Amino acid sequence: MARKSTHLQAYWRGAVSIIVLLVLWELGSLSKVWIKWDAFEWLRHLLTAFGFKPIYLPWIGAVPAPTEVLAVWARVLVDPGYWQSWYMSFFRVMMGFVAAMLIGIPFGLLLAVSRTSFGIGFPVFEVLRPIPPLAWVPASILFWPTQEMSIAFVTFLGAFFTIVINVVGGARSIDVRYFQAARSMGSSQSDIFWRIILPGTLPSIVVGSAVGMGITWEVVVAAEMISGGGSQIGGTSGGGLGFFIWNSYVGGSYEQIVVGMISIGIAGFISSELLRALGRRVTPWLRLR
Amino acid sequence: MSAAGHALRASIKAGELKAENVSKGYGAAHFRKEVVSECSFTIERGKLTVMIGPSGCGKSTLIRLLAGFERPTTGTITLDGEPVTGPARDRLVLFQESALFPWMTTWDNILYGPRARGELTTETRELGEFLLSKVGLQDFRNKYPTQLSGGMQRRAELARAMINNPQIMILDEPFRGLDAMTKELMWEYYSALYEENRRTNFFVTTDIDEAIFLADRLLIMSNIPTHVRAVFEVDVPRPRKLGSLIENDRANEIKMKALSLLHEEAMKSFSRGSKAAADFVDAYSKRMAKT
Repeated sequence: MARKSTHLQAYWRGAVSIIVLLVLWELGSLSKVWIKWDAFEWLRHLLTAFGFKPIYLPWIGAVPAPTEVLAVWARVLVDPGYWQSWYMSFFRVMMGFVAAMLIGIPFGLLLAVSRTSFGIGFPVFEVLRPIPPLAWVPASILFWPTQEMSIAFVTFLGAFFTIVINVVGGARSIDVRYFQAARSMGSSQSDIFWRIILPGTLPSIVVGSAVGMGITWEVVVAAEMISGGGSQIGGTSGGGLGFFIWNSYVGGSYEQIVVGMISIGIAGFISSELLRALGRRVTPWLRLR
Repeated sequence: MSAAGHALRASIKAGELKAENVSKGYGAAHFRKEVVSECSFTIERGKLTVMIGPSGCGKSTLIRLLAGFERPTTGTITLDGEPVTGPARDRLVLFQESALFPWMTTWDNILYGPRARGELTTETRELGEFLLSKVGLQDFRNKYPTQLSGGMQRRAELARAMINNPQIMILDEPFRGLDAMTKELMWEYYSALYEENRRTNFFVTTDIDEAIFLADRLLIMSNIPTHVRAVFEVDVPRPRKLGSLIENDRANEIKMKALSLLHEEAMKSFSRGSKAAADFVDAYSKRMAKT
């Protein structure tokens, strides 16, 4: 019972914070209107003093109001091109992310369990790791045959390094007593791997994946913008959410830019939540602390 | 007793562990630090041997040697005449802090050993059930270690060790960190368990009351580098009760002798300026004043 009510409280707080944000945003956007009133003469002086245009509040006054954004969003919602953008970005994120998991987790575990492979693999890994995924965009456009593949590759890199570094760190921080206990009870090497190292690393895998997922969304949007939307699989408007924003900017629809931004926010939130739910499922012992 | 209980009792093979002139040091050349020096003792078959010594004297190092996690620099350790070369199920260690696998339930933890060796049969499952009820954790079989109290974790660990039927059980200050009440309950619980199956047990502690209550034989260790300073046979009848032990003359006599030896050893490192030893002397002088 007590638990339920705290849940409810959390939802309430979330709702209130979103509503407050929307109200402030609406007020800020409407500053074009109310800043003309004489009562705000001091504010106009202040803005002029700081070198801003005195006709609306800086930044927020230039952003379309939430009501306008909602109106545009309602129109966009019935446009299949918008959903195609969602689909494209999600598809790319999943491709890159799943590939990063499939390659990153075994690679990280290999580095963690074998001193030889650590000695050989880690220096190269550490040199490549600080290169931001976006710096890979030009090179990957050159190297990969299709734009789609180069976007997928850059997305993959975004998650890969984070996952690997978390797996290595997680596996290495497993308490030595667990290994001693397991060895005393007659565990073979493979038994220690499957029943000590792997479950012991799972929490770090989950954390690494969650962080990696966030980076993947950042990267995919930027990659779509830079590469002009990829292979246009879904026709002219199938370039993903990043391309959707870029297109709106080029087309001068500021409301649609904001629609795209919020869409990415929602998409990222959904994927993180799904990942968290999955993470709780595979690490049931962490839920109970 | 259940069939599994009988089977367990029949299958117990108490081993005898011998350490002869064992030395262990770390570091090289003049940075070298001797931790164990020329240490010889026998952990007798079917007895509960307790080792007590000032904190930081090298007891934990000695345990790692006995368990086979490390090798002595010189000297030999043998179990029933066979030299110890590495960790094995015949010498199981209970560590100071819980080493239960956090990602396994109580039940899976207990069955870890048989499963790891591919011996998961109907018999070992029955034995698991028996041990689970023996340690009073039937209602907690599907709980994870974090859901258990400190005392429960220790009991689960005892069960996890016993299912492997080791020739000798090594316990490294297993009840440290438990509150006083739980600790005394664990003493009675653990000694009853020992009296029932008479396995060879080796118990390491810094607590003199714990040592006297549990021990058949008491090894007093010297300060670092450690060796056996004295051996007492604690010939106080079993089963022991905490209340009656306070009034037992023999128990008190051993306690006084042991304390004065420990005090001497602690003073040695005190004069060398060890903080741990200073605390130790402090604590034990208070105890001496009380008894």
